[in-house]
Amino acid sequence: MNTLEVKNLCTHFFTRAGVVKAVDGVSFSIGRGKVLGLVGESGSGKTVTGFSILGLVDPPGRIVSGEIRFKGQNIVGLGEEELRRLRGNRIAMIFQDPMMTLNPVLRVDTQMIETVLAHDNCSREEARQRSRDALGMVGIPSPDERLKSYPHQFSGGMRQRVAIAIALLHRPDLIVADEPTTALDVTIQGQILAEVQKLATNLGTSLVWITHDLSVVAGLADEIAVMYAGRVVEQGEVNTVLDGPYHPYTHGLIGSVPSRNKRGEPLRQIPGMTPSLLSLPAGCAFKTRCTRADAACETMPDLAELSPGHLARCVHPHQGAEA
Amino acid sequence: MALYLLRRLMQSGFVLVAMSLLVFLGVYAVGDPVEILISPDADQEERERAVRALGLDLPLWQQYAVFVGRALQGDLGRSFVFNEPAIQLILQRMPATLELAFGSMFISILIGLPLGLYAGLKPEGRLSKTIMAGSILGFSLPSFWVGLMLIMLFAVQLGWLPSTGRGETALLFGTRWSFLTADGLAHILLPAINLSLFKISLVIRLTRAGVRETMLMDYVKFARAKGLTPFRITFVHVFKNIMIPVVTVLGLELGGTIAFSVVTESVFAWPGMGKLIIDSINVLDRPVIVAYLMMIVLMFIIINLVVDIVYTLLDPRVRLEGKA
Amino acid sequence: MSATTAPRVETPFQRFVSEFFASKLAVLGLVVFTIIVLVALLAPLIAPQDPYDLAVLDIMDGRLEPGSVGGSGITHWLGTDDQGRDMLSGIMYGLRISLVVGVGSAVIAAAVGATLGLLAAYVGGKTDTLIMRLVDLQLSFPAILAALMILAFLGKGIFNVVFAIVVVEWAYYARTVRGNALVERQREYIEAARCLALPPRRILFGHLLPNCLPPLIVVGTMQIARAIALEATLSFLGLGVPITEPSLGLLISNGYEYMLSGKYWISFYPGIALLITIVSINLVGDQLRDVLNPRLKK
Repeated sequence: MNTLEVKNLCTHFFTRAGVVKAVDGVSFSIGRGKVLGLVGESGSGKTVTGFSILGLVDPPGRIVSGEIRFKGQNIVGLGEEELRRLRGNRIAMIFQDPMMTLNPVLRVDTQMIETVLAHDNCSREEARQRSRDALGMVGIPSPDERLKSYPHQFSGGMRQRVAIAIALLHRPDLIVADEPTTALDVTIQGQILAEVQKLATNLGTSLVWITHDLSVVAGLADEIAVMYAGRVVEQGEVNTVLDGPYHPYTHGLIGSVPSRNKRGEPLRQIPGMTPSLLSLPAGCAFKTRCTRADAACETMPDLAELSPGHLARCVHPHQGAEA
Repeated sequence: MALYLLRRLMQSGFVLVAMSLLVFLGVYAVGDPVEILISPDADQEERERAVRALGLDLPLWQQYAVFVGRALQGDLGRSFVFNEPAIQLILQRMPATLELAFGSMFISILIGLPLGLYAGLKPEGRLSKTIMAGSILGFSLPSFWVGLMLIMLFAVQLGWLPSTGRGETALLFGTRWSFLTADGLAHILLPAINLSLFKISLVIRLTRAGVRETMLMDYVKFARAKGLTPFRITFVHVFKNIMIPVVTVLGLELGGTIAFSVVTESVFAWPGMGKLIIDSINVLDRPVIVAYLMMIVLMFIIINLVVDIVYTLLDPRVRLEGKA
Repeated sequence: MSATTAPRVETPFQRFVSEFFASKLAVLGLVVFTIIVLVALLAPLIAPQDPYDLAVLDIMDGRLEPGSVGGSGITHWLGTDDQGRDMLSGIMYGLRISLVVGVGSAVIAAAVGATLGLLAAYVGGKTDTLIMRLVDLQLSFPAILAALMILAFLGKGIFNVVFAIVVVEWAYYARTVRGNALVERQREYIEAARCLALPPRRILFGHLLPNCLPPLIVVGTMQIARAIALEATLSFLGLGVPITEPSLGLLISNGYEYMLSGKYWISFYPGIALLITIVSINLVGDQLRDVLNPRLKK
């Protein structure tokens, strides 16, 4: 059984200006111990997808339809208390900005111990023990002393390790990681990535790794789903997709990674910007930025399996390893 | 930290000197001290003798020096009315005022915090809007009139609570306090509520704003993602953050509360410093007025200093910067 | 006919008016306040009695309940005070004093505060520091105490009360105007005025001040309400207006001793008048703030 199966998820925000379809019919699944890279620009709906999985979508947003099956059980529509029991316990989340995720006025031990006690009925001493072990596991030196510190006494990378340690406290089956390395230095990024990968493999934890950075996904993920304007536009095994993207958007994304350009050539870029989700054009959302767009793009293409295990939502897909 | 404290103390000293100058000029330059300090029945010779005795023939700066010198020894003159040292009169009345001020602080937290919390957590609710509208009234209604209405309703019409005085008091630390007896508590309730009206509104607004701001923070969302109960998120994660501004502002308000108790004490005939100063102004008992003003200024300075220190203790971030 | 098809362009003032009238509560406040001002202005014409004409007062009519008919045949809808004075007339005349003190002190404080605030922003340097230090000192000291201090030294009287309120309130205007002027000073039109070598007085009052008016009006409205409340409080304490010119606060104070014996109306009705006045001004002020200064919108 897959750890997570998302089917046709629609999460909409009902604002005064209109309905924002932040996530509109997204489906994917992740096996045990596997990593899914969820890739897209800001505003593409990847973060909202992550929050949807934890049931943390706040008004005016809500999950309108679709299923989120966690180990077979549909968790959409579960009561708040049932969701709470899952959150931080079976499904954990790591946030983007480590400077903001820890409460500045509470000591690190408080914030860790409370997480243990929220789900397990154990003594404070045992909870402290487990917190210390978790800090050690993510590579924080002298965890006993560090437990007594306040968040501002840590560097950004250290804080993110603390956040990861908190996520690991209950050895969850699934971790949703929302760009956890974006705010960090490149060297720290590499360390954290390696750390997380090792832990996920050892503990059999599945990961949803949300990012806009294809180079991160390339080394980490098993599968990849590219999101654009609330929809998945391309999906498949990570090497297949990166080596032979069908969708012009994925194609553009790969092209704009500097390392993949030949020296001396100008950097390639995708013209224009993400369309406002309030006024999406009819048909393919990408057509206004796409060089291949024509009249056929006026109707929304389906996400079709163009080759085994490799799906794309495009009328004019690139062919094979053309990138 | 020590350097910071020293700098703050020097600032405070400067303010104290400035205020003493103002008060001195107020009494000795604007009014005619001869008229005030010497009996109008005195003849010319008596007058001149008194003027010399009081040092009123000296140049103004020398008079100020004498005033400061005496003030430093705790001598701010004798009350014309009570014929007692003015300082002593003030100190006798001080416990009653402090009791009232702290009582009103307590009430403002007791009422303001839960209401503000509710309004912050459910900003669109009907009850929240009512609370916020009520807080506008708390800011704009003249408090003496509300005091009168409280007396009219609870003392005269319903007869539930006494309207004036301190009631029965009990001895603690060598002074008498009302809050230690049931009768005293009944007496302090109405004036304390009256004095707390403005601060209830203040606490409601601060709490609501703080809650709304904090609820949007990433660390609250992260706390939810950790699976914490809403109870723990509200009362540990959010609360600890909003307590910093609330405590700071309330602490700074203490001085204002003591000052504003002149009105409440007059309405409820509460025998504190405020009632004393109003009576003294009405009979032009200037040494008492001067003593009161100097005491209030001193209190303000001390309160500001204490609030600063408490603030650094509450917020670990400030504490660290202090050490650096 | 073609003229009517042109798109109607709203002037800023029209937009201001239409936005202001969007709030029913604010309109209510404005209407009530207008009525109050009219009543105060027309008091000698519409009051049932001249409360200061000792010839018409009859001590036998003292402390009559609301609705009773006095010896002179007048129905005292709001009762009478201990002197047999008709409360309704007393309130109408009292409103005049309260409004004169409130509006007068607010206007003078605005003039003083705005001038100092403009000066601080325009001259900068030591002048700015000195003025702002004074502002900080003033704002950190409770208004009631500062006013008490001044009145303790100067004594009662309408002029002294106005002076005390001005001293207490000028700092709010100074701070507001300075903050706004500092922003405006950076704008091109001030630069242009300077390049034209206009005299500083022209730049200050002809160019900077008009652009600081919106926040000044907002603060001014709120401060009128505050000034009226402060005057009432001071008069209640016996330090405000003299007994010959009874404001609402003094009327309330007069009724205080009778309230304990259940003769509530002598204090109650002047208090209601005070309350309605203050709340109506605040309603208008709240809406003005929202319309004139979107940044301050809550």
